[in-house]
Amino acid sequence: MAESQPRVAIVGAGPAGAFAAARLLRARGDARIDFFERLPTPWGLLRGGVAPDHQEIKRLDERFDTETLQRGCRFFGNVAVGSDLSHAELMDHYTAVVYATGAQTDKSLGIPGEDLPGSRAATEFVAWYNGHPDYRDLDFDLSHERAVVIGNGNVAADVVRLLTRSPDELERTDVADHALEALRESRVREVVVLGRRGPAQVAFTSAELRELGQMEGVDLGIGPEGAELDAVSEEWLAEEGTFTARKNVELLREFAAQPPREDASRRIVLRFLRSPLEIRGDGRVEAVAVGRNELVRDETGALRARPVDGEPELIECGLVLRSVGYRAVPLPDVPFDERAFVLPNDRGRVLTPEGEPLPGVYAVGWIKRGPTGILGTNKRDAEETVTCLAEDLAAGSLPEPPEPPEAIDALLAERSPDLVTVEGWRAIDAQELADGERADRPRVKLASRDELLAAAADGTPAAS
Amino acid sequence: MTYVITGSCVKDDSCIEVCPADCIHPKPGDPDFETAEQLYVDPATCIDCDACVEACPVDAVFADFEIPEKFAHTLELNAEFFTEREPAGRSAA
Repeated sequence: MAESQPRVAIVGAGPAGAFAAARLLRARGDARIDFFERLPTPWGLLRGGVAPDHQEIKRLDERFDTETLQRGCRFFGNVAVGSDLSHAELMDHYTAVVYATGAQTDKSLGIPGEDLPGSRAATEFVAWYNGHPDYRDLDFDLSHERAVVIGNGNVAADVVRLLTRSPDELERTDVADHALEALRESRVREVVVLGRRGPAQVAFTSAELRELGQMEGVDLGIGPEGAELDAVSEEWLAEEGTFTARKNVELLREFAAQPPREDASRRIVLRFLRSPLEIRGDGRVEAVAVGRNELVRDETGALRARPVDGEPELIECGLVLRSVGYRAVPLPDVPFDERAFVLPNDRGRVLTPEGEPLPGVYAVGWIKRGPTGILGTNKRDAEETVTCLAEDLAAGSLPEPPEPPEAIDALLAERSPDLVTVEGWRAIDAQELADGERADRPRVKLASRDELLAAAADGTPAAS
Repeated sequence: MTYVITGSCVKDDSCIEVCPADCIHPKPGDPDFETAEQLYVDPATCIDCDACVEACPVDAVFADFEIPEKFAHTLELNAEFFTEREPAGRSAA
């Protein structure tokens, strides 16, 4: 009997899912691929994560579109796997299911006061300014002149720029309208960035650090502790420092040596070897108590920040954004590694708690490897997962699903009356781009589910 | 002349796949690939074709005479990556 066409469901239409679909079509041109996405829009963090002032990176959506949707992959948006459809139901309709759900929550600090109003995850701020429909109603208090960002990685760099960039520059981006309005009224004049470790270990890329120092009307300063390296860091940089770490140290020394910019109306202050101990305030954030660290080598030789005794420093502020990492959440009915916060897997083949491959179930992206790497990292990751999937298909180890190919359409019609298909997404995209053109912006985002669904319905022929 | 890769690079390796001169590094599998924040063009071996420009999905590659001002430093940065590169990184390339 001729091998039938493999049907593959990809859960999550973000970068990892898109790279996986593109790679799978290269490996198996006969595969029938369907994306299941809980939002009405595809491309995940490319749309909802990448900062609006980094439009050039968002151009990756054109490549995703050409290599997936334009090659016949179907898009089923506004469908939540786990509630609208179960894992078991997907398995009944597909030869293989690839989870590409990412890491949907953030790591907490585990300090008192973290839940005070005014203290939030940086990722929530990101989702808010990028028009993620589930976050538009969040309220960020921008009435105090100082905000504190905890952590100095990529997400921290994005939120620092969004807090300090002039509204006139922001209005030329696709930042969500509700965020633009709030940021126009913002009274934040200083953003203090706390790094647990020293200048040599900052997690920004050198491109991001340089960008922070080049912003129009924004002064970049270093805290009173300076940017000079301690002996441990000097040695670490010489032995283990990357090209990026050396560039960062050079840049930080330049910034430290510069006089403050007279024309600056806003200021970024980078602090090193500082950890938040407590967020204080009466009913809302009023200050962060900050402790000093020193760098030491632990018994394995790894570099650690060790608290130093002394009075905590109080930094008054009205907003605290923590940016210390993303974290994945478990998916219903699929194994989950509660320690590593990933689907347990071997090169992308999801494993049972006993360590055996779970036939037909795969993982790709952050839910597979944890929240590390940049956009392109997902391409190699997808290659690995797709290689396993293609091998399993070729070996005949994936049985034909019990339901016929057309049955998924009937099931979706029943479960998801507001299903957004590729036509619906094209209508959303066209409206956002047209609104953008009129406003001389790259795009004006529809930032509520109602608006998105209305636009999608306009573009979808009524069911006959 | 040479082409240079700027800070918009997302390490999608399409440029490496199409480069006929093998001048874009680090490559997947190199010891310094994962820690590199972007890919770089070696000006000593770049043959000035524009295959990487066409391949880049985020338009991060520019000819050295067309670099946008905010990325002016990347001409030196690309070259410097190769002069500073550890021999271990190079040997695996």
